[in-house]
This record gives sequence, structure tokens and C-alpha cells, in this order.
Amino acid sequence: MKNRPLARMGCAQAAIKKIAIYGVTLAAYWLPAVGVHADSGGARVPLLPSYSQECSACHVAYPAGFLPAASWQRVMAGLGKHYGTDASLDEASVREISGWLKANAGTYKRVSEEPPENRITRSAWFLRKHREGEVPAHVWKRASVGSPANCAACHANADKGNFNEHEVRIPK
Amino acid sequence: MHGLTWAMRTLVLGALVCTSSAFAATPAELLAGYTAKAGSAAQAARGQEFFTSKHGKDWSCSSCHSATPTVQGKHASAGKTISPLAPAFNPDRFTDSAKTEKWFRRNCNDVVGRECSASEKADVLAWLMTLK
Repeated sequence: MKNRPLARMGCAQAAIKKIAIYGVTLAAYWLPAVGVHADSGGARVPLLPSYSQECSACHVAYPAGFLPAASWQRVMAGLGKHYGTDASLDEASVREISGWLKANAGTYKRVSEEPPENRITRSAWFLRKHREGEVPAHVWKRASVGSPANCAACHANADKGNFNEHEVRIPK
Repeated sequence: MHGLTWAMRTLVLGALVCTSSAFAATPAELLAGYTAKAGSAAQAARGQEFFTSKHGKDWSCSSCHSATPTVQGKHASAGKTISPLAPAFNPDRFTDSAKTEKWFRRNCNDVVGRECSASEKADVLAWLMTLK
């Protein structure tokens, strides 16, 4: 199964399954529409304990499915200079976490595009979901948000891999 | 046979416990280790000065940990809350030598542009231990 962070497990996935089963050619038109409207609750992969422990020391443990394998590989190869900070790890941890990220990286069409600087926040799907009409520019500047990387500012259960848009609460 | 099984279980359990606690320490033990390596007594006041000053780069230790790390800090770029660093206010701090070394290595690189010396680590830890 492909790792899709963008489709909701519930009705959207059931719908996709049905379409697949009946082999309706309409699927080709339907799938992108699901991607646009569906939420990113996603096929949640339980987090590798060392990934969760090491990465969430500084930020939300982003779901592995949010970046393609090649992007994760570059992130893991450059931990000494990780977005302005030294996030270097011992070799054994790097190997373990890299293997897990590779196995669980995003493979769904939209996530397979490698974003600039390996940044989730510069992925086409991320930018579309957080476009001006949804999240105005001034919201990002609030002290309570601080950075687009701070998922938990609005997605309260981001640390559990829950990005359901119906649970989004934008802070003042 | 039964006895042997128990002996093996005890050995395995012992090995597990030892593995998981191989780096367990107390702040006082870590301080003693750094002081011994430095070859001179730690100075808390010097530690505070080091912690709260910039060292030619954008951040000081207190940029993320706050100047009085008895309270929560906030990561200067990621924005994530950082639990208090002073051991009296957070019993998890400085109880794992590998974790302590990992963060000194990373954060000294960010703040000072190199690894910290044993003397600098001793000073900072000594100061943090005075915060009650």
C-alpha cells in the first residue's frame, strides 16, 4: 500500500477502495479531487520510538509520509546542519531512523515530488492546503504560531499524527 | 532445568537493566566527572556568564533555555517549549550522561561554534545546580 498522508482513512479511503474494486475509469478524475478535499488524517504509521524521541525533542515528529524517501535521506545525511541548528546523532540512531523513514516515506503521487530544501512546508500539497484563502499571511506571523513548522499551533494532535482539518483551531 | 531457566532469566534481566541504565547518573556525578576532567574546581558564576552570553554567533544558551532556566524555555527557531533545565525544577535533567553529552555537543556547536570544554560544562552545570 502506498503511504498517503493526504487522504482520510474514513470515507475517502473507502470510496477509493470501492472505485478500485469496481475498476471504474472515473477513478482517474476522482482521485485528485479526493486529494484536494480530503484531510490529512492519513494512514497513520506508528512512530519509531527513537524517531519520536530524537526528533520531537525540538519539533513535532513529522509523519514519515510527509516527505518522499529521497528528501528524508538528505535530511538524515545533513543533521549536523539541520535548518540552522546542529541536530547530529550517533551513527546507530541515524541508521535506525533512516531505515524507518525510507520504509515509511510518502509515495503517494503528491508527496513523491521532492520539495525545495527538503521542507515539508514547501511541498505543493502543503502550500495548497495552507493557501492565503485558508490561512492568511498574518496568521503565520502570530507569536502563538511562529513558524509554519509549528504544526501543533493549530493541529493540536499533530504529535499523534492527526492533522484532521475539522480539528484545526487557529490560535489568536 | 527449572533452576537453570531462572538463572538464565535473571542474567538476561540483569543484562537488560544494565544496558538501559548504562548512562544513568546524577547531576552531582556528572559535575564530578567534568570537574575531574577539567582539573580545576567549577565556578558557578562563570557558568552563568557563559550561559547568558553570546559567543560570536546568533544565540546564547539562554536564547532557548531562558536566562533563568528554572522555567520553561522556547526553541528560538522551532518554537517548541523546552522544559526547565535546572535539575531542581526538572528531575529528568542531567540523569543520563550520553544525553547530556549529546546536547552539550550540539548546542555548544550552535552557540559557540565548537564543542565546549570540560571546564565550561562543569561551570554551567555547577551554576544550574545552584538554582533552587
